[in-house]
Amino acid sequence: MSRKLSSEVTLEGVGKRYGDLWAVREVSLTIRPGEFFTLLGPSGCGKTTLLRLIAGFALPDAGGILLDGEPIDHVPPWKRDVGLVFQHYALWPHLSVYENVAFGLRERKVPRAQIAQKVAAVLSQVGLEGFERRRPSQLSGGQQQRVALARTLAVQPRLLLLDEPLSNLDAQLRAQMRIELARLQRDLAITTLYVTHDQAEALALSNRVAVMLEGAVVQQGTPEEVYWRPRNRFVAEFVGAANLFPVQVVELRETGVLVETGSGTRLPVPADPGRWRPGTRALLCLRPEALRLEEAAIGRGTGFLATVAGRVFEGDRHVYEVRLGEGAHLRVELPALGEGRIFRLGDRVRVELTAETAVLLPET
Amino acid sequence: MLGLLALLVAGILAPLLQVLWAAVSDVDGFTLRHLGSFFRRPLFLESLVNTLASGLLAVLFGSLIGVPLAFLTVRYAFRAKTVLQTLGVLPLVIPPFVGAVAFQQILGRGGTVNLILHQTFGTTLPMMEGLTGVVLVQTLHYFPLIMLNTAAALAGLDPSLEEAARNLGSSGFRLFRRILLPLALPGYAAGALITFIRVIDDLGTPLMLNYTKLLAPQAYLRVTTVGLTDVDGYVICVILVILSIAALWGSKAALGLAEYATLQRTAEAEPRPLKGAAALGVWLISAALLGPALLPHAGILLLSLSKVWSLSLLPTVYTLGNYAEILFRSRSFIWNTLRYALLAAVIDVALGAAIAWLLLRGTVRGRGWLDAIATMPLAIPGVVLAVGYLRVFHGWDFPGLGQPLTATWLILVLAYAMRRLPYTVRGAYAALQQLPVALEEAAQNLGANRLRTFFRVTAPLMARGLLAGGLIAFITSAVELSTTILLVPRIELGPLSYGIYIYMQSAVGRGPGAALGVVAIVLVGCGTWLAHRLAARGAGSIFRL
Ligand SMILES: Nc1ncnc2c1ncn2[C@@H]1O[C@H](COP(=O)(O)OP(=O)(O)OP(=O)(O)O)[C@@H](O)[C@H]1O
Ligand SMILES: [Mg+2]
Repeated sequence: MSRKLSSEVTLEGVGKRYGDLWAVREVSLTIRPGEFFTLLGPSGCGKTTLLRLIAGFALPDAGGILLDGEPIDHVPPWKRDVGLVFQHYALWPHLSVYENVAFGLRERKVPRAQIAQKVAAVLSQVGLEGFERRRPSQLSGGQQQRVALARTLAVQPRLLLLDEPLSNLDAQLRAQMRIELARLQRDLAITTLYVTHDQAEALALSNRVAVMLEGAVVQQGTPEEVYWRPRNRFVAEFVGAANLFPVQVVELRETGVLVETGSGTRLPVPADPGRWRPGTRALLCLRPEALRLEEAAIGRGTGFLATVAGRVFEGDRHVYEVRLGEGAHLRVELPALGEGRIFRLGDRVRVELTAETAVLLPET
Repeated sequence: MLGLLALLVAGILAPLLQVLWAAVSDVDGFTLRHLGSFFRRPLFLESLVNTLASGLLAVLFGSLIGVPLAFLTVRYAFRAKTVLQTLGVLPLVIPPFVGAVAFQQILGRGGTVNLILHQTFGTTLPMMEGLTGVVLVQTLHYFPLIMLNTAAALAGLDPSLEEAARNLGSSGFRLFRRILLPLALPGYAAGALITFIRVIDDLGTPLMLNYTKLLAPQAYLRVTTVGLTDVDGYVICVILVILSIAALWGSKAALGLAEYATLQRTAEAEPRPLKGAAALGVWLISAALLGPALLPHAGILLLSLSKVWSLSLLPTVYTLGNYAEILFRSRSFIWNTLRYALLAAVIDVALGAAIAWLLLRGTVRGRGWLDAIATMPLAIPGVVLAVGYLRVFHGWDFPGLGQPLTATWLILVLAYAMRRLPYTVRGAYAALQQLPVALEEAAQNLGANRLRTFFRVTAPLMARGLLAGGLIAFITSAVELSTTILLVPRIELGPLSYGIYIYMQSAVGRGPGAALGVVAIVLVGCGTWLAHRLAARGAGSIFRL
């Protein structure tokens, strides 16, 4: 297929208000050409609203949206050339799969013969050859999802907007479609804005992620940044599992700060010393897979002493719950295939951590 | 949008306001004198009481027949069920004034039944005299409206509501009274309301039965005999409108509960089988009702085939000549009907789709007004609308026609289209409401502008609902008499219903009139059946309000 250059989208302080509620507030971000960008956030945080603003189904009450540097506020939806795959697909029940996919091409006055060619090409891209004559009601959920995708891809939009496209599928199909989607996006090199509330999906697919809460973007960055350097408690807990416990900053150092836990253990943590001052209360965030367990007897140095309070085998790993002296609980994930031994309930252990993976977060 | 509003104002609002104004004004301006004098005229007062009585009695008797039948057909399974359900639609396919003729022929003073009674017992029963006849005909014609609306409400109930009550220890009559009855009330109220409004609005039946002490025929008589300058005609019209609106308000209270029935429903309630004595009882009821319900159909068919049928049990001489008369010699009646009704239906479908779209998807202001005006015809009796038209369009040449609108057949099309508009608006509204907005947004997202989206996505998806609504508009227009009788400019421009009325005025015309009646039944029957297929919903859904 011939390919248009895909576009760059810029949101400048975009806000949208419904009554008293700002469904989207002061969102500023730039999605670069060919990038796979994900909006990640809990239900009701304004993800769909943001997509609808970009697609032109709602007008921003604040800020502006630029497509390749051009403001598009005055452009009606049908002239934006921004492909939206709807959360519930929105396939037209009165049209066949073929007609659904051909719809946008017909609107663009593409000659009949070319339409047939293009439809066949996209349908094979999404693995739906031979389904042309079916009605949407005669398709499975996954097939409907592919038709919705094909319908949008057929017109080669400048920008692809995907609204939780996998949320209606079962776990296995979701995993499979995730891989196919990543491949398609890479092959087409089309700028993609993907919306999801599933953090695993976001981390797996994206070049960059923006985490949203109550209409605002809380943090944006690469999946690694967002996962390992969450900016606040919400991001830390929403993206992956997090062990959080209260600490106090006791000393500023050159590359980090020294914190003290309630029980008096002192730990050096990487952090920007400019942002903290001694005496401040803070939260220490430890990812479960960045922790290790040792037998209490042999462990030495930095760790905390703890008791094993629970263990769940999840196939690829063991998930432990250990109780610290102060009564706090930690979640620790250890690979199931490995040299380490398996602990039992009641075992005394020492929790070891690599200081580089610990993150200091503001208390609230 | 502006053009649309202008049309609705000219076709609905202006005539209504004209009538209202004429009733409360004289040369000096506003006055309540005319309204006051209405209540001092014994004839008018009697008509008012009779009108109220006929409406209420028809609702009462209709409920006594319709409600039990609704419960039976929805909640129990038995063999005669299909018979009962068909029974629920049959009376509706025969226009009431046509039915009236047949009832007269069979139950009237010199009719079949009274002849038998006279021969065997030497006495007769005045079944078709005066108000009794009117109420009898209307009850037997309209009880299906109550039955179908109640049945629909019952069938739409979530069975778990009833199961929850049973689970908490309620059963039998208490269950019925505390749970089922209140839940089915909105549906019943809707049925009762249209029955009431249609009965007080009905002009054809009293005229056919030659009973004029009712408001609608009084208004008709004033306008046709005294003329358009007579204030009393307008006053009667205003009283009629007030009655309709009062009924509408009265049922609003019950209809306000309608959200109950539309809550999520998990499953259809399983009808319980009915056996033994109960089944036998149901058979008897069905048989007893089938008789009167089919009577008019049979009567009109016989009459249409008879050359002579007077003071005898059955026709004495049979002929096909009546059909030759209406199909060949005076074929304008049928032709006119098809033409007017089709045109009105097409207009209604177009307007209905546009109005529904504006109401649900549009952003322009004034939508509240649009909605209010478009549903208004439901509460405007046909006589009133016709009188309003005469007042608004009479006496001045309509631009482009070279004569007054009331001198052309266009006035009939306008009247039909406006009167039936609520059907297509409601049909289109319901269809559009069920259509996720995302389907339209998806089209716009792929490059279709508003108009193209409407034609490629919205309209096709609404098509079934629209067509069903259009068909209902068509068949009800085809047998409309209340406005027709006042608005037909010349006899050769009259439609079928007018033809029936004219023929029935003379003894020799009764045969051809009945033949036209049979045509009307066939037309309505086919249309109903088709609309049913299109609507593809439960039995009789198209007759619901
Ligand atoms: N048309 C509307 N009118 C009023 N409020 C709205 C409207 N659309 C959305 N909202 C509100 O705006 C907020 C954001 O809604 P939105 O649909 O964007 O959430 P979302 O992040 O897509 O959620 P989900 O993951 O559940 O799809 C919600 O609180 C919602 O109630
Ligand atoms: Mg959403």
